[in-house]
Amino acid sequence: MTDSYLNQYVPLLVHMIVAAGLSAILILLSTFVGNRRPTRAKMQAYECGMRPTGDAREPFSVKFYLVAMLFILFDVEAIFFYPWAYVFRDLQVFGFVEMMVYIGILLVGYLYLWKKGALDWNR
Amino acid sequence: MSDFIAQHPVLAVSVIKVVVLMFLMMTALAYLTWFERKVVARIQSRWGPYRVGPHGLLQPLADGIKFLFKEDPTPGGADKLIYFLAPFLAMALALSAIAVIPFGPKHIEILGHATGLQIADLNIGLLFLFAITSLGVYGVALAGWASNSKYPLLGGLRSSAQMISYELSMTMSVVGVVLMAGTFNLREIITQQEGYWLGFIPRWNLLAPPLPQLIGFFVYFVSAIAETNRVPFDLPEAETELVAGFHTEYASFKFAMFFMAEYANMITVSCLATLLFFGGWLSPFSTTGMFAWTLYIPTAVFAACAVLLFVDGLRYSTTFGRIVLPVLALAVAGLAAVCAMPGVVEFVQGPFWFLSKVFLFLFFYVWLRGTLPRFRYDQLMAFGWKLLLPLALANVVLTSLMVLVSRR
Repeated sequence: MTDSYLNQYVPLLVHMIVAAGLSAILILLSTFVGNRRPTRAKMQAYECGMRPTGDAREPFSVKFYLVAMLFILFDVEAIFFYPWAYVFRDLQVFGFVEMMVYIGILLVGYLYLWKKGALDWNR
Repeated sequence: MSDFIAQHPVLAVSVIKVVVLMFLMMTALAYLTWFERKVVARIQSRWGPYRVGPHGLLQPLADGIKFLFKEDPTPGGADKLIYFLAPFLAMALALSAIAVIPFGPKHIEILGHATGLQIADLNIGLLFLFAITSLGVYGVALAGWASNSKYPLLGGLRSSAQMISYELSMTMSVVGVVLMAGTFNLREIITQQEGYWLGFIPRWNLLAPPLPQLIGFFVYFVSAIAETNRVPFDLPEAETELVAGFHTEYASFKFAMFFMAEYANMITVSCLATLLFFGGWLSPFSTTGMFAWTLYIPTAVFAACAVLLFVDGLRYSTTFGRIVLPVLALAVAGLAAVCAMPGVVEFVQGPFWFLSKVFLFLFFYVWLRGTLPRFRYDQLMAFGWKLLLPLALANVVLTSLMVLVSRR
């Protein structure tokens, strides 16, 4: 049983190894084929031809962090939809009511975020 | 060697299938760039590539060779390991996702083993696909960060924020299909959509009861375009503001790899749209009774292509074209003849309809690129969070309600 079950994944493993191998070969080719004459200007970061001003590793807008946080919140919630959808036909009314309560709670949080302006980029 | 094959048939067969699929995939990627340039050129009243080979058909090859022989400088301040890892991840993940896509219902024989037109038939195919495609954001985010330059950093940040925002609605939009099918196996999702209403309207998830997944499809497809960073959602590469976004500091084949990953992702999401909402390999026509002639549509399409190509080839301006194009036409005509052979006819139906639908989606992508301007960033975020997300949620609620009612 276990053996035949794992057999399903052998082709997938082969596929991923080939995909990774192909990408690795292309990167190596790109690195070793082709001429290389590095100059100081070439090694600088591109800033429209001007001399780069300082390092790029500086603090950036906190909005991106907010988006990432909201994503984690909602994605964890979205993941719960999947097992529920899978067994929905067996759960019938019970499953439906349960999920409506769940979505209700989710919506309250969503509306709160909307009211607070967390979904507005230009705040 | 033959002992090894006898002992591990699954391994040997899958190696052959994977290599063939990879070859086809790379060719498809190369010619997708040609196709896109040609179509966008026609939309803008230009010719597009036509110098390298007849109708520019050798252009992808020329581009590949040029990319390979370009100098590949690594910017001084870059984080070397991550700088190399980013294009690798982008491309390896984009190529991996195609493994679970079934291209047809029939089985073929390789080395005496019957095997489906699919690398791995998983019962969690849909979940695997989403897992892999959502990892794609790493390639972009790491590339932006590792370059240690301002434009890539901004492009990478924007891109990651955009991709995770739209991934949410994409994940939720598909729940409707899972509710109707009750499975994550992609083959089963397709076979659930078999049959016709009134004898001729296909019961694809887009049109089928209990609830036609029109909203689901709309949300899925818009999110998919945003996920693949294509126009009108190509903010990460907004060249008027960000030079080239996250891959500004990449050159040579590493630069090309980001593009190959983007095109591979386009193909994957088009395949997924086809098999979730448009019945996968199922023909839009019933093949029984008065519709039996539809079995020969592949032959007719290939034959028409062959005739057009032949006539065009004879009148082509260069001698090379006058030789190559008619030869190509003969090959296509041969394909048409093979598709009409008894036994092959039934086999061809699945892949033909599947690939035709995928091709239509890809054409739509290119059409959008030729038509629409770019979103502004705040509009983009508002569209994803304030319109698509509630729509996807509403679709889940409505679909579950209809499934419940129809089962009583």
